[in-house]
Amino acid sequence: MNLVCIVCPNGCRLTVTIDGEDITVTGQKCPKGKTYAIAEMTEPKRSVTTTVRTVFEEAPVLPVRTNGEIPKDKIFDLMKLLDGFVLNKRIKRGEAILRNVFDSGVDVIATSGMLMKEET
Amino acid sequence: MNKYDVVVIGGGPAGIAAAVAAHKQKAKVFLIEREARLGGILKQCIHDGFGLIRFKEKLSGPEYVERYIDMLNQTSVEAVTLTFVSDIKQVEGGYTLTLVNRNGISKIFGKTIVLATGCRERTAKQVLIQGTRPAGVFTAGTAQYYVNILGKMPTKKCVILGSGDIGLIMARRLTLEGAKVEGVYEVKPTPSGLTRNIVQCLHDFDIPLHLSHTVTKVFGEDRLEAVEVAEVDEKMNIKEGTQRKIECDALILSVGLIPENEVAYSLDIPLDRCTKGPTVDQTFMTMREGIFSCGNALHVNDLVDYVSEGGEIAGENAAVYKNKERKLIDIKTDKNFLYIVPQKIDINAPIDKIKIYFRSIKDFDNTKFIVSVDGKVIMTKKYAHLRPPEMESVKLDLSKETLNESSVILLTLEE
Repeated sequence: MNLVCIVCPNGCRLTVTIDGEDITVTGQKCPKGKTYAIAEMTEPKRSVTTTVRTVFEEAPVLPVRTNGEIPKDKIFDLMKLLDGFVLNKRIKRGEAILRNVFDSGVDVIATSGMLMKEET
Repeated sequence: MNKYDVVVIGGGPAGIAAAVAAHKQKAKVFLIEREARLGGILKQCIHDGFGLIRFKEKLSGPEYVERYIDMLNQTSVEAVTLTFVSDIKQVEGGYTLTLVNRNGISKIFGKTIVLATGCRERTAKQVLIQGTRPAGVFTAGTAQYYVNILGKMPTKKCVILGSGDIGLIMARRLTLEGAKVEGVYEVKPTPSGLTRNIVQCLHDFDIPLHLSHTVTKVFGEDRLEAVEVAEVDEKMNIKEGTQRKIECDALILSVGLIPENEVAYSLDIPLDRCTKGPTVDQTFMTMREGIFSCGNALHVNDLVDYVSEGGEIAGENAAVYKNKERKLIDIKTDKNFLYIVPQKIDINAPIDKIKIYFRSIKDFDNTKFIVSVDGKVIMTKKYAHLRPPEMESVKLDLSKETLNESSVILLTLEE
């Protein structure tokens, strides 16, 4: 099976062969390609980037992301969870707004510190 | 009038990197941004994948650029926002810039100028499609601004024209936020965006990509109601009988980016027909003495990491600029290149660490990149794959070569 690695912009073209329990991966320029291909064949995962609503006038939404990958089939569950979320305190870049989503060990963190700046 | 060694126009990733780099060389630097916040387009690029080269981390756009803003804040660079440059005039030893902002009109002097004005989305295609011009025809960047900055959804069901990276990213983004993306239509037989974006933005969400297809008509009075799509042949002529009407409330255009060079035009700076940015030497100085260019204003980059790198080249060289005579020679290429940056080499400037950025004109597999000087091969590099959407960069050392104004530096790609 052929895959394109999405870990980095190199976009290595990977060839995956599955023989029973054994998964062989070729075509990767780095070890991350192999990890990606195996995950893709067993439990595909993705990081999610989106925004959450805030109560602050200067920033109606704040960008956030997962600080790791969650199972691919949980992406829309996470979107639904964040749909009901309204941020009402000023947080720093990197600060978590939700911890350990779906017991994945992954947090949702703010990716901008724009709420910390009170400058006009 | 305040005087500076380096005046940077544009406070996005290129401008910030240029300002920080110039400051490191002990220059007195002034940075001008027209928006309310520094950061340029990265403020709205909330997706990740930025900084893999620079920081060895997968960051979102805001995270990447805010790291640079943090660096900038630790310097004595003066940065102003909500400020426009309305005029630039050459004077003895540099340039005077007229600035307009809420405090009125002011003038500053810069020994050198770095143009870091970014690029604009192509909208020409909007004009070529038949039909009315109802609300609902957006560029991908505008749709991105609505969703990621204003927090508003511009569509419930849309068609995307063009497979540029922002279009692909927006296909995913709009789908995540509950819109239906009917499909992405690309007039060329190959996608314009990075392969990984085809995979993670389209395949992951079962969004169809229709290659060799285009939008031929728009329908609707006040608001877009439908578009017509059709298949095209190799000559990009519409194949009769393939037309199909799709009901939708938005048409999102991702049909390319063009360097923004209004300031360069006003200074009569020669532009490169291929990059649509200024022609530069290896110091990123344009053909106008003391005026440098970097980032997407110079050529449209696919990775911000390269934008930062280019900003540093321009900023550093602007800081150490001495008005000495240049001896420029062209870098020549064979027909396999879409473009190269820089286009010229100043043999009076350092030539030991020249960074060459290039794109191939089409897909190549197992290719050799060859540099020769006066017919003698001085460097080769092998590439397993070269694709026009994926820019490559190489370091070139010419310090061991005897160069004069009639030397021929030639780049070739051999299959």
